[in-house]
Amino acid sequence: MTDFLQLVIAGMATGGCYALAALGFTLLWQASGTVNFALGEMVMLPAFLMLFFINVVGLALPLAFVAAVGVALVVMGWGFKVAIVDPLIRHGVIPLVIATLGLSIAMKQTVKGVATAQVRTFPSIFSDTLLNVGGVHVSVGDIGTVVVACALVAGLQAFLGRTLTGRAMQAVAQNRDAAVVLGINVERMVLYAFLINALLAAVAALLITPVYLAKFDMGDTLGLKAFYAAIIGGFNNSRGALLGGLLVGVMENLVGAYVSSGYKEGVALALFMVVIVFRPQGLLGTVVERKV
Amino acid sequence: MLNRRAALTLGTALAASAALPVQAADDVLIIDNVELSGPGVTSGSQWKMGVDLAVGEINAAGGILGRKIKIQHLDNQSQAQIAKAVATKAVDEDPYVMLGPIFSGDVNVSMSVTENAEMPIFIGGEAGNLTTQGMKYLFRSSLNQASAMPKLANYLVKSGVKSLAVVWGANDFGKGGRDAMVKEMATRGIALAADISTEPGQMDFSAVVVNASKANADAIFAYMNEEECARFLIALKKLGTDKPVYGETVLVSQKVIELAGPAANGAKGHVGLSVDAPNPLVQEFGRKFEAAYKQKSDHNGIKGYTSVHLVKAVTEKLGKFDRKALAAAIHGGSFSAKTNPGLLMDVSFDEKGDLDRESYLAEVRNGQQVITETLPAVGKK
Repeated sequence: MTDFLQLVIAGMATGGCYALAALGFTLLWQASGTVNFALGEMVMLPAFLMLFFINVVGLALPLAFVAAVGVALVVMGWGFKVAIVDPLIRHGVIPLVIATLGLSIAMKQTVKGVATAQVRTFPSIFSDTLLNVGGVHVSVGDIGTVVVACALVAGLQAFLGRTLTGRAMQAVAQNRDAAVVLGINVERMVLYAFLINALLAAVAALLITPVYLAKFDMGDTLGLKAFYAAIIGGFNNSRGALLGGLLVGVMENLVGAYVSSGYKEGVALALFMVVIVFRPQGLLGTVVERKV
Repeated sequence: MLNRRAALTLGTALAASAALPVQAADDVLIIDNVELSGPGVTSGSQWKMGVDLAVGEINAAGGILGRKIKIQHLDNQSQAQIAKAVATKAVDEDPYVMLGPIFSGDVNVSMSVTENAEMPIFIGGEAGNLTTQGMKYLFRSSLNQASAMPKLANYLVKSGVKSLAVVWGANDFGKGGRDAMVKEMATRGIALAADISTEPGQMDFSAVVVNASKANADAIFAYMNEEECARFLIALKKLGTDKPVYGETVLVSQKVIELAGPAANGAKGHVGLSVDAPNPLVQEFGRKFEAAYKQKSDHNGIKGYTSVHLVKAVTEKLGKFDRKALAAAIHGGSFSAKTNPGLLMDVSFDEKGDLDRESYLAEVRNGQQVITETLPAVGKK
C-alpha cells in the first residue's frame, strides 16, 4: 500500500505538469480554434530563459522566473498570436497546425544552436525535504507541484467564471459573432488566452525541469503527453485538462510499477484511444453540435 | 591564348575550389563520428571536447611527424543508421583514422564499414560484444564491460552485498552491461532480486525506483547513460529510498554528479577513468579541461583526449602514416604514459582491441567523486 500511495503521489506531481501544458491546449482551442503542437517547446523555452537569467544575468530563481514570464508573455503570447496565428487562421486550422509543427522544430533548433544540445541542471523552487506520512515518503517538491497545478487550474476556473473578463473570454470561445454583437473586444480576449497560455507554460517549466533536466528536446515528450491529456479530459473543459493530466501521470506510474516499465510510455496513448472510442468529447468535455 | 570558354571553365573551377574548406596539403585528416545530438549528446559532447583539447595541444607542438591534424566532427545524432552513414562518408573522405562512435549501438553498425576499408577506429563504446567479432581495426578507449564488471562484482562481495536489483538501459550499452554483471553476480553467489529495464531518454523513474526498492535487495545496481542515471538518482532521493546504489563508471561520473546534484551523494561504483584519480597527469588534464570548457571532464572527455594521443604516440613510434602498420602496432602493444604523457596512464592492448589499465573504486561525497581505492590493471604487460 505504501508503494501504491508513493506511486500515486509522484504520478500526480508529474500529471500536474502535464495538466498545466494540457490547459494550454484547451485554452487556445477555445479561444481561437487553434491546436498548438509547439506547446512542449513553449515549456522548454522558459526553462532555458530562466537558466539564462540565473547563470548569465545572475538573478535568483524567483526573479529569473518573473523575467522569463515577461519574455514568455511577449514572445510566446503576443508574438505567437501576431506572427503565426493571425496571418494563418483565416486559411483554416490545418495550415496553422502545420505552422506550429514548424515552429516546434524552429524553437528546438534555435535553443540547440544557442545553448548547445547538452542537458543542464535546473534549480527547484521547493526544498528537497522528505516528509514521512504514515510510512509513505513524500517529497515537498511533489506536494508543491500538485498544489501549484491545482491552484492554477482553480484560479483559472474562478477567473473564467467569476470575472467580467473571464466571462467575456468564454463568450468569445462559445460564439465569436455573438460576442462581437455584445460589444466584446474579441481580439483582446483572444490575446488574453495566448498570454495565459504563455504563463502556464512558464509555470510548468519551473515545476518539471528540476526533475526532467533542461534539454532542447525536453518538450517532445511533454507536449505529446499534454495533448493526450487534453483530449482525455475534454478539449473544451479546463478542469478536464487537470483530470486528464493527473490520470495520465498516475496511470503511467502504476502501469510502470505493476505491469512493466516497458509499457509505461504507451499508457497515455492507450487512454487516449479508449476515450476517443467510448467518449469522444473527453471525460469532462461537452458535445458541441456544428452545422455543416 | 585562352578562349572565352576555357577562361570561363577555369574561372568556375577556381571559384569552386576557393569555396571548399581549406586543408593544407600536409594536414592529416581525422574524422570524428560522434553523438552531438540525441540521447548521446552528453557523452558525445564530452568526447568532442577531449578530442579538441588533444588536437589543439598536438598541433601547437608541431603536429604528428610534422603534420598538423585537421579534425572533422560529424554528428551521428545518436542514431545507428546515421552513424553508419557517417562512417561511410568518412571512408569516402579517406582520413587517417576515425574516432568514435561513443554509443555501443552506433559502433556496432559502423565498424564493418571502417573494417572493410581497413581504417583504424577508436571507439567510446563499452559493450562487451564489440570486440568479439574479429575486427582487426577496432580499438577501445576504455575498459570492456567484461573487464570492468568483475572488478565491481568483487567490490560488491567485499561490501557484503548478497542480493542486487539491477536497473539497466534498454540499449546495446545497458543490455551488454546488464548481461556482464548478471554473469559475474552468478559466479559470486549474488542473487538477482529484480531485473528492471528502462527506456533510453526516459524522463520519469518513480515506478522504476519503487520496483527496485520493493525487491528486498541489499543494494541497487544502476547501469544507464548519463541523463538517465541522473534522473534515476533524483527519483531515488525524491522517493526517500535509502538502499545503497552502485554503478560502473557512468553512475559516479562527474557529469552525472553535476546533473543529479545532491541526489548523487552516496552513490558508489567502479570507474575506469576519472579526473579525480590519484595520478598527476590525469589531474593536470582535468585542470586543463576545466580551464578550457568551464566544466569538469568525465570519462568520455578522457577517452576522446587519450584516443588522439594514442594515434600520435603510435604513429610517431612507427615514423610513418600507415593505417595497417598502426593497427598492427597497437595490437598486443603496451604504451607508457612516462614517454607519452598524453596517454595519461600506462595502457596495453590485446589482439581483439580491448585495453587494460588501472582503474578505481569511487564514491560520491558532498557532490564530489572521491576515489577510495586504486585497482591494478588485470594483466600488466
